[in-house]
Amino acid sequence: MSLLNVKDLKTSYGPVNVLAGVSFTVEPGETYALVGESGSGKTTVIRAIAGLAPAQEGSVKFDGQEIRGASERTLRPLRKDIAMMFQDPVGSLSPRLTIGSLITEPYRIQGMKDRDLDAEAKRLLEMVNLPAHFASRYPYQLSGGQARRVGVARALALEPKLILADEPTAGLDVSVQGELLNLLNDLRERLGLAMVIITHNLNVVRHVADRMGIMYLGRLVEEGTTEAVFHDPRHPYTRCLLSANPEPDPDARLERIALKGEPPSLLKRPSGCEFRERCPFAQEICTRTPQWEVDNGHGLRCLAPLHEGRAA
Amino acid sequence: MSDTLLEIDRLSVDYETARGDLKALRDISFDVRKGEIVGIVGESGCGKSTLISSILRLTAPNTRFRQGEVRFKGEDLLQLPERKMRNLRGADISIVFQDPMQTHNPVLSIGQQMLDIQHRSKTSKPEKRTRAAKMLGAVGIPDPEARLDQFPHEFSGGMRQRIAIAMALMSEPDLLIADEPTTALDATLEVQIIERLQELQQEFDCAILFISHHLGVIAELCDRVVVMYAGAVVESGEVREIFHDPKHPYTRRLIDCDPGHIKERARVLPTIPGEVPDLANLPGGCIFRDRCDQAMARCASEVPPLAQLKEGHHAACWLNHKEAAE
Repeated sequence: MSLLNVKDLKTSYGPVNVLAGVSFTVEPGETYALVGESGSGKTTVIRAIAGLAPAQEGSVKFDGQEIRGASERTLRPLRKDIAMMFQDPVGSLSPRLTIGSLITEPYRIQGMKDRDLDAEAKRLLEMVNLPAHFASRYPYQLSGGQARRVGVARALALEPKLILADEPTAGLDVSVQGELLNLLNDLRERLGLAMVIITHNLNVVRHVADRMGIMYLGRLVEEGTTEAVFHDPRHPYTRCLLSANPEPDPDARLERIALKGEPPSLLKRPSGCEFRERCPFAQEICTRTPQWEVDNGHGLRCLAPLHEGRAA
Repeated sequence: MSDTLLEIDRLSVDYETARGDLKALRDISFDVRKGEIVGIVGESGCGKSTLISSILRLTAPNTRFRQGEVRFKGEDLLQLPERKMRNLRGADISIVFQDPMQTHNPVLSIGQQMLDIQHRSKTSKPEKRTRAAKMLGAVGIPDPEARLDQFPHEFSGGMRQRIAIAMALMSEPDLLIADEPTTALDATLEVQIIERLQELQQEFDCAILFISHHLGVIAELCDRVVVMYAGAVVESGEVREIFHDPKHPYTRRLIDCDPGHIKERARVLPTIPGEVPDLANLPGGCIFRDRCDQAMARCASEVPPLAQLKEGHHAACWLNHKEAAE
């Protein structure tokens, strides 16, 4: 049984249809990356999984238990198993609490009174490679990279089975970004964590994710193992995203595929394939609505898919 | 020398703080030629922002210029009276800031803001409006005439950044400073902005000082690169020299760290352990010594000078000392 099973999740904020049916599964110990442009609905997906955003339709099963629309009472014990790492590392830490009390707050919320909180703080700081005296510091005294690691420590406090990480490396310098990714990879191996990672940085995805899903306008348009998607992207949107990745080499010969225009408004979803108006490979057939089809573990929503080796 | 537009010459800038002087920039030298794109790379705390605000002289009250000159067309901007400096800002030197969501006034239409910044021009209002529409068209905003009446919130982030570029180029400046203009944008939009900047640079023939920590963007856009670390220039040279033959350990390791370089899935990604030193309490010797894996005895005692290794390629590292042309 999958650890997390999201099925046909739909969310609207008033007339704005943010998620138009998102389905994916995450196995125990697996890292799944959700990739897409701003406004594609990535953050809404993981907030809906954590019960922090509404989802009007669909199902979210964690360990076989339905959690969409569950009461706070049902969710609270589950929050031991599902931890969230928020996007803004400093903003997600209360400025008035010390790092020590921030990372042990989950124990207090879960009513674990028998724990020695000072010892736990020390253990957690050590786990994320921060010195023990950081427990008495305040968030404003931390650098961005250190604040991230505090976010990781807090997420790990209750030994969750699943971590939801929203842009875990955004705003970090490259030299520090590697440290955080190494830490996440290491913890995942040691603790057997499953993760859902949201990012628009494809260079990061390649090194942490086992499988990935590409989102466009609140739907998955392609899904597969990270290797398969990087080596053989079938959806034109995926191809565009991959080609838009500037390489740190002035002589890199880029076969860049220009994406036309900007993402359409969610209030006026295009007919047929919703990517059609921006797609450099659009054909006549694309006025029909593509269905989600899975071939050998590789999911795709496209009527005119690209094939391996096809000149882009 | 006549084609040199901007010369930063041995510039040192401190911030006076309660803890003592924070040495934000130390002995910075580099130049920007006419029509050239120069990239400045460096991580948080390397002094990029202090450098930009020093060029524009938009510095915080506790800023102290300790030594050096900022020459623009041969004239030292640090000595210029404020009135002349005001005439220069936005006319000869303009800037595009990092956050496109906050650079526009939310309660004025884009058209109004684009008219306002033409206050120096003697042309009539309809002429200014036509020019504004033309500039919006030049940065690829469809249907520019109609969109002039819209407000900032009606544009996406990528469009707002392009509008900011249009506004910065309106006065046809000789120098455009772009401070991390793509950091807040998605990769697809980032590419659009870079390509647009390249086209516009050709069209308007202005020089661009492009500040970024994104090595991929720098590699793609810039002719020359200046690498900064903890308030000092550690290396500068042509973009190919910097990326293919870096002469400073910091440059080399920064490039190694970029995951864009690593094509196959890596279990452990390279990092640069350690932290940037405290600028209020600088250690002696080389600034990068504590994090450098090739540090020698000499690095602890003497600050390596920014030495020319070959025409146009400078590095501040004792490792190059034998080949340095001194």
